[in-house]
Amino acid sequence: MMNIPRNELLALGAGLAGAAVLAFLPLVTEGFWLSLSVNIMLYAAICTAWALFSGPTHLVSLASAAFFGVGTYSVAIFIDVLPFPALILIAVVAGALLATLVGLATLRLSGVYFVIFTLGLAELLGQIVTWVQTNFGGAIGLYVFTDFTETHLYWMLLALTVVVFLTGWLINRSRLGLALRIIGNDEAVARHVGVDTARARIILFAVSGAFIAVAGAIMAPRYSYITPDAAFNPMTSFLVVIMALLGGTRRLWGPLVGVVPFTVVMDFISGHFPNQTAVIMGLAFLAIVYVLPDGVTGQLESLFRRRPTDKSLLTTTVEEGR
Amino acid sequence: MLRRSFNVLMLSAALAAGTFSAAFAQDPVRIGVSASKTGPLAGGASGVLWPNIKLWAEKVNKAGGLKVGDQMRPIEIVEYDDKSSPEEAVKNIQRLATQDQVDLIIPPYSTGLNLATAPLIAKYGYPQIVSTGNANDLDQFVKRWPNTFWLLGPAQGIADGIVGTLKDLRDAGKIGNRVAVVNVSDAFGLEMIKTGKPALKEAGFDIVYETSYPLGNQDVAPVIASAKAADPDAFIAYSYPPDSFALTEQAQLQKFDVKAFFVSVGGNLDGYGKRFGGAANGILIMGGVNASDPVFQAYRKEHLAVTGQEADWWASPVAYASLEILQQAVEHVGSLDKQALNKEIQSGTFKTVIGDVHFDNNINNNNWTVGQWSDGVVQGVRATGNLQGAQPPVLKPAWRSN
Repeated sequence: MMNIPRNELLALGAGLAGAAVLAFLPLVTEGFWLSLSVNIMLYAAICTAWALFSGPTHLVSLASAAFFGVGTYSVAIFIDVLPFPALILIAVVAGALLATLVGLATLRLSGVYFVIFTLGLAELLGQIVTWVQTNFGGAIGLYVFTDFTETHLYWMLLALTVVVFLTGWLINRSRLGLALRIIGNDEAVARHVGVDTARARIILFAVSGAFIAVAGAIMAPRYSYITPDAAFNPMTSFLVVIMALLGGTRRLWGPLVGVVPFTVVMDFISGHFPNQTAVIMGLAFLAIVYVLPDGVTGQLESLFRRRPTDKSLLTTTVEEGR
Repeated sequence: MLRRSFNVLMLSAALAAGTFSAAFAQDPVRIGVSASKTGPLAGGASGVLWPNIKLWAEKVNKAGGLKVGDQMRPIEIVEYDDKSSPEEAVKNIQRLATQDQVDLIIPPYSTGLNLATAPLIAKYGYPQIVSTGNANDLDQFVKRWPNTFWLLGPAQGIADGIVGTLKDLRDAGKIGNRVAVVNVSDAFGLEMIKTGKPALKEAGFDIVYETSYPLGNQDVAPVIASAKAADPDAFIAYSYPPDSFALTEQAQLQKFDVKAFFVSVGGNLDGYGKRFGGAANGILIMGGVNASDPVFQAYRKEHLAVTGQEADWWASPVAYASLEILQQAVEHVGSLDKQALNKEIQSGTFKTVIGDVHFDNNINNNNWTVGQWSDGVVQGVRATGNLQGAQPPVLKPAWRSN
């Protein structure tokens, strides 16, 4: 039996209660606010999944669009022959497999190699899909027609977000989580104390990639018409990084704190200044970097001058030793 | 500081909105648009869709407004940027329908975004007259969303147009049987080659060279060199704007002389005619217009005067026609009742800049498929259905030495 601290149990309860309340949203509104909530929930899931890996390892992954696209295509290719839950499973396997392959190729290296590779990954996959469809498939666009409404998408994304959070929480409590925190703080030390750094990273990258692929799979019905440019849109990768960093990646709930205000503010800007969106967005980014260099959670923590309580003795020692 | 200037910005926006609405005594008809202002689709949308919306709104308001029953009501455009992304597009349609509660909707730019927003637009019942997208097998969409109208017709007709033109030329003994065909490998190019190639074979043409090249590839010199080496009588490129220009440029440089030279999207741009000047004479393009129609000529002049940019020779008038159809449907019905509007668009006939339009099972089957440059003007040489005004195609003269 795990020994769970009281405050974590409270947080868990509060989180589940919050999710239960959010599940009733479609009963209140089914118009614009629901669509906006679908977008928020989408990025909440992706950003949290992204931070599962990039938070503790401090490796910036720009592969979100690649995983998202793989999930989207898992649905687009098999929608006519398999039921939707099976497609979600395919997305999980495809996302995890891709992450493992990429991880095996790049995660033994550290730092910038990984970032560069992930940046190109979405483009690479998009081109492969195009090539396959050119030579074997015929048409490049695939249709995804389902009877899902916004409400269904919202519920699925909410469920996904809850699962991502639970997974993140369990990982944090596990040996893997401890290993990752040590790697993030100092890789050399991690290796010296016997952590298999590459293996730990690859496992976590696979988990993170699988979740993002599922998000892509859930969104496929909303696209209706799947093309490589839309599915592997590099903007997805950048938005995820920006939102997650705005929130801060030191806490599991950090990205969420970034996603909600970012999406709402972006929406306000594009709704009220449709012709100046890009300029105002740019100014907003500058403001974020100046005002909140550590993200919202970092700011909150320094405001309350509270030491992170979940750090193990070892990582604290590592940090003090530096 | 930032906050204060932001407040000032908001205040001036509010004031501007206030004076705007005060200028109209009548309650305006609110028309929502969600299309791309940023992202990869912004170029096409700001060349074809946005200027025509501006032109149309200005024209209608100058004429006293939109006639709804016995009232003349001004129109007010509510516009949003979809950032070329389906998520934004869907959200914008929701916002237009439930927050702004607009009376009518002008659908987005491109096939993909039209299909992504179709379920929602159908849910709220607005007519969706698609002027910038098409696909094969449109019937399935019409069955699914009976409020969608496809002004460009099915993709098959467009790809096959040039094959028909070449067949006519060959059967008249003007060109031989050898064809080189290339395509850009993205959604559009593949869709076109998929129907174009079988059509060429069926027509008995000998495909002597065939290749595809990636989107955004500017170095098409090898493509033209290989095509030239195959010594074809005709050259077909299912191409996009950057490569339509690049292929023509290379053909000119390498003196690749064929009797029929065809490029797709991009050849219809006014800039294409300006770029190649007299050398463009005889080049065949995808699309086309009835250039001798005075209605179209007047439209081109107005387009330039109001928007400051030239209309193109294919897509612009179609986009404008979609707005005219919307306007006339409201005038015919006499109200903004969406159900009645859909019914009227399904069955009515509309006078537009591209001629009389009548939808056949929600699809417009009368479209220009091939045009030909002639002294700075594109003349339609082939159309599907019963469009009038097609000119006989001429053989392309050899590139002039320069």
